[in-house]
Amino acid sequence: MYNIVSAIFLAENIKKIEIQAPRIAKKRKAGQFVMIRAGEHGERIPLTIAGSDPEKGTITIIVQGMGKSTRELNLKETGDTIHDIVGPLGTPSHIEKFGTAVSIGGGVGTAIAYPTAVALKEAGNYVITINGARTRDLVILEDEMKAVSDEAYITTDDGSYGFHGFVTQKLQELIDSGKPIDYVLAIGPIPMMKAVAEVTRPYGIPTVVSLNPVMVDGTGMCGGCRVTVDNETRFACVDGPEFDAHKVDFKNLSDRNRMYLPEEKQSVEAFSHKCHLGQLH
Amino acid sequence: MDLKPITTKERLAIPRQTMPAQDPAERVHNFNEVNLGYTPEMAQKEAMRCIQCKDPICIKGCPVNIKIDKFIKLIAEGNFLGAAKKIKEDNILPAICGRVCPQEDQCEKVCVLTKKYTPVAIGNLERFAADYEREHGHIELPEVQAATGKKVAVIGSGPAGLSCANDLARFGHSVTVFEALHELGGVLMYGIPEFRLPKDIVKIEIEGLKKIGVEFVANTVVGRSVTIDELMNEEHFDAVFIGVGAGLPWFMGIPGENLLGVYAANEFLTRVNLMQSYTFPENDTPVFNCKGKNIAVFGGGNTAMDAVRTAKRLGAEHAYIVYRRSEAEMPARAEEIHNAKEEGIEFLLLMNPVEFIGNEQQWLTGVKCIRMELGEPDDSGRRKPVPIKGSEFVLPVDMAVVSIGNGSNPLIKQTTPEIEVSRRDTIVVDINTMATSKENVYAGGDIVTGGATVILAMGAGRTAAKAIHEQLTGQSSDPR
Ligand SMILES: Cc1cc2nc3c(=O)[nH]c(=O)nc-3n(C[C@H](O)[C@H](O)[C@H](O)COP(=O)(O)OP(=O)(O)OC[C@H]3O[C@@H](n4cnc5c(N)ncnc54)[C@H](O)[C@@H]3O)c2cc1C
Ligand SMILES: Cc1cc2nc3c(=O)[nH]c(=O)nc-3n(C[C@H](O)[C@H](O)[C@H](O)COP(=O)(O)OP(=O)(O)OC[C@H]3O[C@@H](n4cnc5c(N)ncnc54)[C@H](O)[C@@H]3O)c2cc1C
Ligand code: SF4
Ligand code: SF4
Ligand code: FES
Repeated sequence: MYNIVSAIFLAENIKKIEIQAPRIAKKRKAGQFVMIRAGEHGERIPLTIAGSDPEKGTITIIVQGMGKSTRELNLKETGDTIHDIVGPLGTPSHIEKFGTAVSIGGGVGTAIAYPTAVALKEAGNYVITINGARTRDLVILEDEMKAVSDEAYITTDDGSYGFHGFVTQKLQELIDSGKPIDYVLAIGPIPMMKAVAEVTRPYGIPTVVSLNPVMVDGTGMCGGCRVTVDNETRFACVDGPEFDAHKVDFKNLSDRNRMYLPEEKQSVEAFSHKCHLGQLH
Repeated sequence: MDLKPITTKERLAIPRQTMPAQDPAERVHNFNEVNLGYTPEMAQKEAMRCIQCKDPICIKGCPVNIKIDKFIKLIAEGNFLGAAKKIKEDNILPAICGRVCPQEDQCEKVCVLTKKYTPVAIGNLERFAADYEREHGHIELPEVQAATGKKVAVIGSGPAGLSCANDLARFGHSVTVFEALHELGGVLMYGIPEFRLPKDIVKIEIEGLKKIGVEFVANTVVGRSVTIDELMNEEHFDAVFIGVGAGLPWFMGIPGENLLGVYAANEFLTRVNLMQSYTFPENDTPVFNCKGKNIAVFGGGNTAMDAVRTAKRLGAEHAYIVYRRSEAEMPARAEEIHNAKEEGIEFLLLMNPVEFIGNEQQWLTGVKCIRMELGEPDDSGRRKPVPIKGSEFVLPVDMAVVSIGNGSNPLIKQTTPEIEVSRRDTIVVDINTMATSKENVYAGGDIVTGGATVILAMGAGRTAAKAIHEQLTGQSSDPR
């Protein structure tokens, strides 16, 4: 059992949870994740380590309620516990002084990109962040991103805040303005990552994406997280989750992520039903 | 019980006792254990078949040299607890080995009765003694020697790690087992299904280890959460045993392997066993809905049999084993092949997949296979299958499980480069001590041999424990 030190909503349906996990706090590097099992009957789901405090022995995760497992996590309050948490997993982000580095986050991808943006800044890069959300209320980590960025942009699909449009449009604008860009990191929904890859491809800008296939163990044992990169099968949990965006087969990833759609729906329906009846806890 | 003198002839006249089992028609609808175990009467009758050889050659067939003649004699005499104790002098997990050992290739293969009659059912008897002891609540805790003040880390809680931890604790060392998953037991928990090895049995064995002081730390991936060097230098472990198994599934490298509906056996079995997806949605982890579907498993080992029988239990209409050699070459235990057939598993032998075929939504719809014939023997001595030109056809299936074996997980190698590994990435050891090329680091089980057996992994764990003890204390002593 792992204790939750604090749990607060950052936006509707997006919660920041700080958990006591001293070994992981000490060891984790930007780009790594944990596998979490909220309760005894829970799924093992991967969540990026958004930050840590090695002294306090805590790590922070930022969770967007998608299906049953993430919604259940988002019901957790300060003082509750998490059944299992293991990590840090995955290969840490490759960090060096590239020059100008652009970090792009879409939705909860902003949270996943945040630790890497911090590391890029610490490595002496000129850091530009572009964070997209559907609408103003869903913008997260605005202050945190500003603090690590030399330039920080927010985009909203509906124009309710910041730049009106998609993150890719903002990125194109930066490229068109003649700014030399040496490195792009893009994390968010698959269509967004694919679109970013297409924007940077003609310019040959090194671009990295963090892939989110379905995982079970997170240690390279099951092969469920396999993705196709450069026409080769790779295991995202050990070889990734970050890969060269220009070589990723995004279609295969989004196809494979549909594998359990009917079951996910069934889980959510059963879960919502229980919530209504107040049968949880 | 007073034994009537019985002649060898009379012994040989007793038929081998068949283990009662759940009816095949019924058991394909549940995950309960297939074999039901001997009654005491059956066990005694079977034990009486053993002619108590002067030179019990069966012992040489057992990788850990259980005193087979002696424990069988105790069963014949009705001293079941004594028999269990006798077995445990050499094998700490008899309830497990009695169930999963490939006896027909080991102890029972060399039993003198095998040639002319049928071998003594050594595995069944071992299982009986262990079950009797457990069910009668008489599990005796082994003696533990005075504390030595030495700390040993064991990585991995499979049979290799468990047996090593057991012996080290009995030698008086303080032992901590680190396990990557949230459950302890390795393949015994996440690989071998409930219907072959009830998980409660594994849990009770592990409870026993806790009682003699072994500490277990789950959710810790050595190489990621902590490295071997950190364990030794910062957490002051005097020695380390690596028993991380063979856990990196191989794929066949044929087109379509990443279609929806194609699994590696490890994933399919982990979902069902470890995450208990067969109870979905009570447990949250889903697995492909096999009800009324056609499924194919590629391979001929125990893992393949477990996967195909699991799919059948999940409701598959047709469940096929597709294997490129003939039945004689199948590495699976004879009993599992027999049980699978009884359960209606369809064996497509001398057949190899060449391509997975999918529909527009990228769901698997079929597998293109080619028929094979057996040619000349290869390096392994088995006749090499060669494809028959022009014999391709499409087998319609909705789900496929690839079960062609596992390689080694690279995490330890990456973070402890001083440990020498082979070309196949298995850890290189001195087989007398299980010592690796790094000082005070030992290894055993599947990470050394590649995918092998429970009993070999256990034996390796014990050999290492003995060597570690000698290394740490400078004395040799026998805990048995
Ligand atoms: C390396 C990595 C890091 C991630 N970091 C974060 C993070 O920091 N914050 C965050 O909110 N989300 C993160 N995710 C995504 C998160 O794991 C999924 O949203 C979550 O598993 C969905 O589970 P669910 O039961 O709530 O939803 P479901 O209804 O089960 O599924 C919704 C979608 O999530 C995906 N999914 C389902 N199960 C899994 C699984 N076991 N593993 C991976 N994906 C799955 C599928 O694509 C599915 O369509 C990350 C994913 C990966 C692979
Ligand atoms: C489906 C299946 C059926 C089988 N059936 C039989 C059978 O009938 N009879 C038989 O004799 N054998 C059978 N085997 C083979 C047998 O199970 C193995 O040979 C045996 O379990 C190997 O034991 P081990 O201790 O070396 O490794 P494992 O049992 O694989 O245990 C290794 C443990 O280490 C953990 N681990 C891995 N990496 C790390 C890390 N970095 N840090 C911490 N922990 C880690 C793993 O999670 C695992 O729990 C079967 C195998 C499978 C997969
Ligand atoms: S441990 Fe296995 S090989 Fe040894 S006697 Fe028992 S069943 Fe036979
Ligand atoms: S070889 Fe067979 S008959 Fe002889 S002692 Fe062993 S089990 Fe008994
Ligand atoms: S999640 Fe199982 S191998 Fe990556």
